[in-house]
This record gives sequence, C-alpha cells and structure tokens, in this order.
Amino acid sequence: MKQLMLGNEAVARGLYEAGCDFVSSYPGTPSTEITEAVAKYQEVYAEWAPNEKVAMEAAFGACLAGKRSFCGMKHVGLNVAADPLFTIAYTGVNAGMVIGVADDAGMHSSQNEQDSRHYARASKIPMLEPSDSAEALAFTKLAYELSEQFDTPVLLKMCTRIAHSQSVVETADRVEASKAYEKNPQKYIMMPGNAKRRHPVVEERTKALSAWAEDCAINRVEEGSDHSRGIITSSTSYQYVKEVCGDKYPVMKLGMIWPLPEKKIRDFAASVDELVVVEELDSFIEAHCLSLGLKVKGKDTFPCIDEFSQNLVAAKLNAAVPETGAKVADAIPARPPVMCAGCPHRGLFYTQAKNKITALGDIGCYTLGAVPPLGALDTTICMGASISGAHGFTKAQNGAGDNKTVAVIGDSTFMHSGITGLVNVAYNESNATIIIVDNSITGMTGHQQNPTTGFNLKGDPCTKIDLETLCRAVGIRRVRVVDPYNLAETEAAIKEELAAPEASVIISRRPCALLKYVKHNKPVRVESDKCRSCKMCMKIGCPAISMKDGKATIDNTLCTGCGVCQQLCKFDAIQAAKED
Amino acid sequence: MQTKNIMIVGVGGQGSLLASKLLGRLLLTKGYDIKVSEVHGMSQRGGSVVTYVRFGDKVYSPVIDKGEADYIVSFELLEAARWTEYLRKGGKIVTNTQQINPMPVITGAAEYPADLVSKMQAEGIQVDAFDALKLAEEAGSAKAVNIVLMGHLSRNFDFTLDEWLEAIEKSVPAKFLEMNKKAFVLGREA
Repeated sequence: MKQLMLGNEAVARGLYEAGCDFVSSYPGTPSTEITEAVAKYQEVYAEWAPNEKVAMEAAFGACLAGKRSFCGMKHVGLNVAADPLFTIAYTGVNAGMVIGVADDAGMHSSQNEQDSRHYARASKIPMLEPSDSAEALAFTKLAYELSEQFDTPVLLKMCTRIAHSQSVVETADRVEASKAYEKNPQKYIMMPGNAKRRHPVVEERTKALSAWAEDCAINRVEEGSDHSRGIITSSTSYQYVKEVCGDKYPVMKLGMIWPLPEKKIRDFAASVDELVVVEELDSFIEAHCLSLGLKVKGKDTFPCIDEFSQNLVAAKLNAAVPETGAKVADAIPARPPVMCAGCPHRGLFYTQAKNKITALGDIGCYTLGAVPPLGALDTTICMGASISGAHGFTKAQNGAGDNKTVAVIGDSTFMHSGITGLVNVAYNESNATIIIVDNSITGMTGHQQNPTTGFNLKGDPCTKIDLETLCRAVGIRRVRVVDPYNLAETEAAIKEELAAPEASVIISRRPCALLKYVKHNKPVRVESDKCRSCKMCMKIGCPAISMKDGKATIDNTLCTGCGVCQQLCKFDAIQAAKED
Repeated sequence: MQTKNIMIVGVGGQGSLLASKLLGRLLLTKGYDIKVSEVHGMSQRGGSVVTYVRFGDKVYSPVIDKGEADYIVSFELLEAARWTEYLRKGGKIVTNTQQINPMPVITGAAEYPADLVSKMQAEGIQVDAFDALKLAEEAGSAKAVNIVLMGHLSRNFDFTLDEWLEAIEKSVPAKFLEMNKKAFVLGREA
C-alpha cells in the first residue's frame, strides 16, 4: 500500500519489516521519531536508554543474543557512543545490528554541524545513506542483510531533510529472523591477543565490502545526455542535483557512503569531461576521489557550511536560478524560539540573572534561557558539560572568585551524563553548586520519558529514579528541592548553597507546562490603573506579557497563571483571576 | 505536470503539521508524487516555522527555494511578509490577518511593521488576507485557524469539497471532526 511517510517513520517501518526485535535509543533531533514510531509496533521491544553509549551497548548485547537490533541517535550522540562503536567494529555481530545516526546540516536544533560520515571510515563500519523515505525503508532492511553477510554493525546515516521529510513509500510484511548465541571468546573478548587477530579480519571485511560497493544496485549511475560534466552525489544533495539538472548530466548516486567503490568511480570519471562532487558539509566523497588521483571539482565550489538547496546547487553549477520574489521594505523582526509561557525554568533563570550568577549550561529547552531578556547562561557545550565545567571553574578559582558559579542541567541530561560529573564534584571535593532543572520530561526533543519520570517509552509505569537519593548516594550532603514558581524560595536556596563551604545540589522541580497532566491556573490579569509601566514584568521574557499603550497586558490564551510575573510587580497590578 | 509548491508558514504551535498532513492525504489519493518537509525540535517553541509541500509527476527536492512557491499559506501576518521572497512570479499569498508579537517586539527591541497587507500589495505581491481567527472561533475553536486557512486555500484548486472533507476525516480525531469540517467550509466560503 502506498503511504506518505516521514523519513524517520520509514526507518521504523524498515526495522519492523526486517524483523528487528530490539531497539534502544536516546532522543535527539532529528533522529527521535525513528524510535517513537518503532515503539508503536507491538512486535518490537523498544526503549529509551539513559544515553547513546548505553543504547549502543544494549543493542550490541541484543544482537549477540541472536536478535536483530537497532540503536538511534543524533550526530553528537554518536560521539558519546564512539567507544563501543570502534570495538564492536572488531567483534562483528551475531544477528544483524544497525546504528542509526542523523546529522543536522544547518543546525536546526544542534550545537555543531559535524559530519558523521567520518565515523564510518574511522571505525571501519559500512554506512548507508538514503535520499528519501522509500530508500530509508529499503536501506534499513538492506543494512540487516549486509550486517549478517559481512559480520559487521552497519551505520544508517540520515540528515534533517531526509529524516523530517515525508515522501511516498510502499510497505511489506515483517519477516522473523533470529539466531542462537554461541560462546566465542576469540571473537567477542577484545583483549589484545584476540583484538590483534580481529583487526586483520576487519581490514579484509572492508576489502570485501569495497568489492560489494562496485556492483551493488544502491550505487548506481543515472545516464545523462551531456557528458561534459558528471556528478557524484548522495543523500539530499542528490535530490537537489536532479531537481536542477534533471537527466542532463550523468549522475552517480551513492547509496553506500563507506566504503566507496574505486573502479566504478574511475570508470565514471573517465566517461565525463569534468567530475563534480556535490555533498553537504565536509569533503568526503571528494577526498576519496582525490585519493584515487582524480581531478575533481568539490569544496572549491560548494560550501562546507550549512545545508544546500536547489538554488544553491543551480548557482554553483551555473544553471538557471529562479527570480527571487519581492519583499516589503520594512525590517521583519526575527521570531526566535522562546521558553513557553508558564515554563518552570523562567523563575529560576530570572533569579540567576538578578543575582548576576555565572551559569555553565547544558543541552535542552533551558538553553533558551541564554537569550535576552533573561541572558541567564554562560556556556552550552555538550550533554553533561555543565557539572564537570562548574567543577573545574570553582576549583580553578580556588575560593578567590565571587563564589557565584552554578551548573544548570535538565533531568534527562543529568541522567544522560551529569551523574559522572557529579561523582567528580563529590570525589574531588569542589564546592560547586549544581542546579538540576527537573521538569519531569525530556522537553526539547518533544516530550520523551526518561529514568526520572516513572514511565517508559511505551508509556507504561516503571522504576522511577529518585534524584535526591541518587545525589546523596553519590556523596553530596546538601541536596534540596525548590519550586521555581516561588521566586523568594528559589533565591534564598541559591544564595545559601553558594555560600555553603561544600558542594550542593538544588533540584528546581516543576513539570513542563506543556505536559497534558499539568493543570494550569486561570490566566492572571493586569489592573491597568495600578500599572506604573515600570516593565519589571517584562524582564522574564514571557511571551504572554507585552506592553500595550504603555501598560502591561497579558495574553490570556497563552498565560498559564504561573504567577511569576505577579511576584515581580511592586504595585500589585497583576492579579490572580477572580474565583467564579 | 510541473511540480506545484505550497509553503505553510506560521508560529510554532499554530498547527502547521496538521495542515500539511491534510494536504498530503488528499494529494496521495490523487496519485501524485509528493514531498512534505517539516522542521521539528527547537523551532517549535514559539519560533517561526515553515513546512514545504511539493507535488507533481516526480518530485526531487523536499524543500522549496526562493522564487519557487505557487502559494504561501500564512497563519500569521508577519510570517507572510517574512517569506515573500519565496514566491514565484504570479504566486499568491493566502494569509491570516492575526498578529502575534515575536519576542523582539515584546521586549521593545523591534517594531511590528504596520499595514503589511497593503505594503505587500504595493510591491506587486498577490495577497489574499482575511481574519481566519474569527472564523475559527465561529467554528468552535481558535485552534482551527489551520483548517480555516486550508479551506480558503482550497478555492485555488480543482479538488471537490467532498474530497477535501474526506481528507479531513482521515486527519483529525472524531470528536473534533464536525468542528473542523465547519472551519474548513467557513474558510472556503470566506
């Protein structure tokens, strides 16, 4: 049956059809929907792991047990999972194992623009790269065949435009596939003696895969009428090239991005006058062509920054670019993403800004607290870096600083990789102040459960990790909980814990205002005659508050009645809704 | 046929994903090749959002570039003005006249430009502007702005009302069906 499917849903469908039995992932845009979608198939066990390394190791364990397995993550998640990646490359698999990784060229929702293809070459693991939803489904199934045929995990590389675009797919039935586990220490215990014997196996495997790449159907040449130019491309760049050039030039469309064929590319190069590689981000296919000694046009023409589009490709290939539409002369104000009305982080961030606190931040919705008017954060690096960074910062100051440094980390991020940083704080005895912003959900990626929420991926109740107990168990003696809607309580806690001569954890606890079970108060209202236009309420950057005719006004379709602005108004102009 | 390009733009949370889902369902039953591109994640939080819908005999790129859109359906007036460069010659903007202030306007760092409809028209842009929020409220929910706008857009296509309503039936939960159908018809007749 023909259906419109998101690229990520198509990967999930491919997992289902391939008989995948086990999925473990950590959410990350643009990869999240693969795991959310596969969880809807009753036949497939699926879970959110606390981080990508755990997910990959769990998926490896499952494939060892004889079940086809999958783990999914965004590009930066693969950094977290790089440790097992490089060694399961040596052990190979039992049943098939596929690793989904989604890049984010253009950084729609990421902190860097890294190119995951380098991981395939570096870890010596084959990588497939679909260019639409139909290929996402087909390549997922093919990845399992390759995994079992060549005894290797297989990387499936997505990108934002493939992951988050819907296109037409045809679905098929599920096949069941499983194997028995057999003990094999030489293959699975990677101590030096065994690993030394496995490395040559890996090199031979890459040779065999290179041979496969020469005549597989997914690396195809699409003929063109004009051989003055030939284009090698893959993924979404292929779509832009075809959009612009149609059947004019011959196109080599690569479905397997590592290892790359040699003879096939040489033959193609010989059949055209000018060889052009069109690929987003780094020189990868181009670097391979250069290593073959071929003359090629690539990153000298196309940028290694940001995602491409058809107009960019047209301009670089000297093809016609459509005339841009008219625009009004007025400057159009930007509309950046903002923390939602009623966001529990707002009260905390206001308190931090008011007290001029240095805050090492982390990855999540709360990163939005960095922008004006709150400006409450000083750094955003990677998952978990807030706590380790605050430890280093306070140690380096050695008591000589103003003692106003905190780490700010979300509940899910804390479980992901904050705990080890906290262990370091306790063990090496810095007096860092750690604020866990516990909104009881993984927010930014669209409300995924995590180990602190008490629910699993399928929505069933499960063990809930208690943050207070965990922090105390790690060795932090000062652990307290505040309600960030209560500004006085929040400020007192921060001041006391910063002054304390040892490390402390403040859990700023309030569920995300967008969660369905969260009951909102009635919207607050402004008594205009009491409003002195001081704009104190504007300092919290709430999208529900604006100034109209010199007076504060509240948008009652957005306001959740959280009351933070009420506490700021010195003139009692903001009032709770009257009782019915 | 040549690929048709429709952009759906608005503010994160206004329901552009449902609008594109509805359109995709309808086009699929018509046998077209279709691509719908969305952005999930960070920009959903009150930011400017855009969805690209493309259909034809064979669609390659999942996105619409500057100078290519046949229609831009905008859920908010400022967002309509933001994307006009994406219109092709002869393209048309279908927009809600509702205004939602972005954070730089709320904080006073920027101004919301006045008279955007007439300013766009003065630049030679075809603009079909109407109060979709009022009609959505009339249908029973302010949240139905997306369906009202799709109803208004539908006037530009040859698909029958029944075909559109069938796509709505497949796209919304049963308890909201009548309200959404009403919203669609109000938009179509506006």
